Amino acid sequence: MRKHFVEELEDLKQRVMYMGGMVETAVHRSVHALIDRDQSLADSVIREIEPEINALELQLDQDCLRLLALQQPMAVDLRFLAAVLRITNDLERIGDLAVNIAQAVGRLLANPTPRPLVDFPLMAERTKWMVRAALDALFRRDVALARQVLITDDEVDALRDQIFRDIIQHMIQAPDTVERGLSQIFVARNLERIADHATNVAEDVIFWVEGVDVRHHTHDHAGQS
Amino acid sequence: MLELRLPKKTPPGAEQADPPGTAAELDPSLAAPAEDAPPAREVVRAHGINFFYGQHQVLFNVEVTAYEREILALIGPSGCGKSTFLRTLNRMNDTIPGARLEGEVLITGQNIYAPGTDVIGLRRRVGMIFQRSNPFPFSIAENVAYGLKVNGLAKKKGEQADVVERCLRATGLWDEVKDRLNKPALALSGGQQQRLCIARALAIEPEILLMDEPASALDPIATGRIEELALELKEKYTIVIVTHNLQQAARISDRTSFFLMGRLVESGRTQAMFTNPQRKETEDYITGRFG
Repeated sequence: MRKHFVEELEDLKQRVMYMGGMVETAVHRSVHALIDRDQSLADSVIREIEPEINALELQLDQDCLRLLALQQPMAVDLRFLAAVLRITNDLERIGDLAVNIAQAVGRLLANPTPRPLVDFPLMAERTKWMVRAALDALFRRDVALARQVLITDDEVDALRDQIFRDIIQHMIQAPDTVERGLSQIFVARNLERIADHATNVAEDVIFWVEGVDVRHHTHDHAGQS
Repeated sequence: MLELRLPKKTPPGAEQADPPGTAAELDPSLAAPAEDAPPAREVVRAHGINFFYGQHQVLFNVEVTAYEREILALIGPSGCGKSTFLRTLNRMNDTIPGARLEGEVLITGQNIYAPGTDVIGLRRRVGMIFQRSNPFPFSIAENVAYGLKVNGLAKKKGEQADVVERCLRATGLWDEVKDRLNKPALALSGGQQQRLCIARALAIEPEILLMDEPASALDPIATGRIEELALELKEKYTIVIVTHNLQQAARISDRTSFFLMGRLVESGRTQAMFTNPQRKETEDYITGRFG
């Protein structure tokens, strides 16, 4: 029994979960900075959270490489470490995208209150749910939940399309809204990218637990349980 | 000012939102791997093997197949029966009092336990390499040529020298020993002795090589040479290797069979066995959670 190694894997997982928590916070704050027009919340994402996420990614990468080199893991342990290497990369990208949204807050605050987007809070909630569910699936080895995340990505894509149509129609009708409309499109696009990265995390959870690679043909496998 | 791409005139749903390149950059190795290519010729087929030492049963209904020009690794914890099974493949267990086998072992289609089997001839076809190298207290050249003599395959001196050279070259020893072929084999290093034993086995032109932990007494460099040698030899021979070194099994074998308490738990392509075994017992063993 490789007790020490098993403990190290568990410790690694806990720290991935911690990084995941930081990422969730980054997404939550950037979205609410936008909805609540709160610049200080946006600043905290840019100045405090995202640098910490980056540092965690580097540390976790090093730990994965160390365990691969020294412990020569096999089977489920090998898949776990391969998954963690990818997951930390996806989490770091989510952090970057949250920063993109936080940076857009300044531009939107410089303009009058934009016309509220009916679908935006819904898209933000669904995206946040995907990030949280992907991390929960990782924590609990919950493949069914991971598959729910894959399905929800379609919903977020549809919401993005709806928002794009809505904004473009508005810009055509009122050309003076183009600048803030573009900012809103930019935010929706970043949210949708966040959902994509959450999907990647969910795919890695499935790979870790079941040894099945569902990337790039998500829809063929999303319904399997 | 803003970095974005407006939706094209196509319906927004048709837009591909993936970051550039990610979807297209599929690692070719991730493409659905062709399942085992059309089966190669079966060289070894053990069917329904039960094996007993007296009243004590140590193998239970074992089914194993080895194909032409592949390395099959047998893994499992100590006492799981893998070495006993290996020895059934050239009837090495026959000499053990009270040992008894049920089932059949087909070597290229012939049951080697059928009455009247030429056991000496069988062992010529199915060579064996042991954990401890066991060169004879003769010269290097005589060790290699020994099998030719005892099997009545003695050739003219020139031909014999050719065989010695060919086998020593095949095991990578030639350049190391060509100037001292008449020196005692026991003066060689452990790794060289083991390769000499493999050369000795090759001299009688077997079809199958059985290896029982051939590198477990060697240092990492000598182990690496034995592994490289096994990979080269499989171009011509079928190799069945028992190893406790899981990394070794992963590195060199094409397929792996996992034994536990006398039973075959799982067999499969080595890559699949070591990344995604199907049975929990296999996973527990190869991840070090027991054993």
